[in-house]
Amino acid sequence: MAKISLIVNGNPVTANVDPRTLLVQFLRENLRLTGTHVGCDTSQCGACVVHLDGKAVKSCTTLAVMADGHEVKTIEGLAADGAPLHPMQEAFREHHGLQCGFCTPGMIMTAIDIVYRKGNELDDHTIREELEGNLCRCTGYQNIVTSISAGAKAMAKSDLA
Amino acid sequence: MYDFKYHRPGTVRQAANLLVKNEDAKVIAGGHTLIPVMKQRLASPPHLVDLSHIEGLNTIEMKGRALVIGATARHAEVASSAIVGEAIPALANLASQIGDPAVRHKGTLGGSLANNDPTADYPAAVLALGATIVTNKRRLKAEEYFQGLFTTALEADEIITKVMFPLPKKAAYIKFRNQASRYALVGVFVARRPSDVRVAITGAGSEGVFRVTAFEEALKKRFAAKALDGIEVPADGLNSDIHGSAEYRAHLIGVLTRRALDAANAKE
Repeated sequence: MAKISLIVNGNPVTANVDPRTLLVQFLRENLRLTGTHVGCDTSQCGACVVHLDGKAVKSCTTLAVMADGHEVKTIEGLAADGAPLHPMQEAFREHHGLQCGFCTPGMIMTAIDIVYRKGNELDDHTIREELEGNLCRCTGYQNIVTSISAGAKAMAKSDLA
Repeated sequence: MYDFKYHRPGTVRQAANLLVKNEDAKVIAGGHTLIPVMKQRLASPPHLVDLSHIEGLNTIEMKGRALVIGATARHAEVASSAIVGEAIPALANLASQIGDPAVRHKGTLGGSLANNDPTADYPAAVLALGATIVTNKRRLKAEEYFQGLFTTALEADEIITKVMFPLPKKAAYIKFRNQASRYALVGVFVARRPSDVRVAITGAGSEGVFRVTAFEEALKKRFAAKALDGIEVPADGLNSDIHGSAEYRAHLIGVLTRRALDAANAKE
């Protein structure tokens, strides 16, 4: 077992983990943060995307021990329970950027990462290119692209972002 | 995934010692090749030595006439580095096409080269630019470093520390991606160097990255797509699979090399 200490959604967490524990397993099974999903488990679909030190990573392809000493943010960390949604979450709700919702947490964490790197004014081509590592099998992406475009603009005016 | 012991050395020397002491230990940095193959149980190293906490191993800098990139520099760091963009824009462009944004936040230059996947992007740049791979033990020329599928000159306790890229006069990388995996079905890196021209191909060769000397000879006389008129790439020794036949890949090499030449010449 290995002892790890990290910050998850702003809270310090310490745990003893088997070194082969994936970050996504640690988040879901140890911390019960089940908003982060496991889709393909092969680094392709992006349902497991979380932020590690502010950057989008695939938590199914990261060992929990490799997050030791780092900061992790999951979909649960975007807005407090009962509080207004993060502008990117709100944009997905407003523009129907989902059907079944399975890919949505990863889509939103990736979308916010795109805004961090590319700014608040995103053209559709850029959004589609940047969504390369996130698969949705039901919406056809059109509303996801619309949501991200609107969410990016909204983030410019929000304190939550 | 099978059980393993996890080590986190603070220096390259400590890391090398761990590799000497623990037989079959594997080095991990970004983990974006190793973790998937461990999950599939295709690899089961009893020890993992994590390089990602070694300070200074991801430095990107100019040294004399060479661009020097540390082994643990992430693809995203290479892609967005102003130093790389100024020195060898084709290399920044190549890094920006690896995997997807989340993969680029983790994967490293050293990891890609140590793995030497026959469809990886970096080997084409390293071979075409005539880069030198620096390890904790020695310096290896690109030509002697790549030794076939997933095979390199690295010894069991040898660790890549940095890669030195001499600056080309012109260069470009063009990749034709597999639609599902996004790996290169064929990737072509052309480099006009002060003394010669190199054309390196990834994705197509059954023995990994290789150079097309017939193209290089012709391009040395004239660095333009027109110089390749009438020169065919033989399909012998190229991969053939459900994604494309050897003949298709041979054709792509010709098409992509011409596009790469146009791209390199457009950056006047």
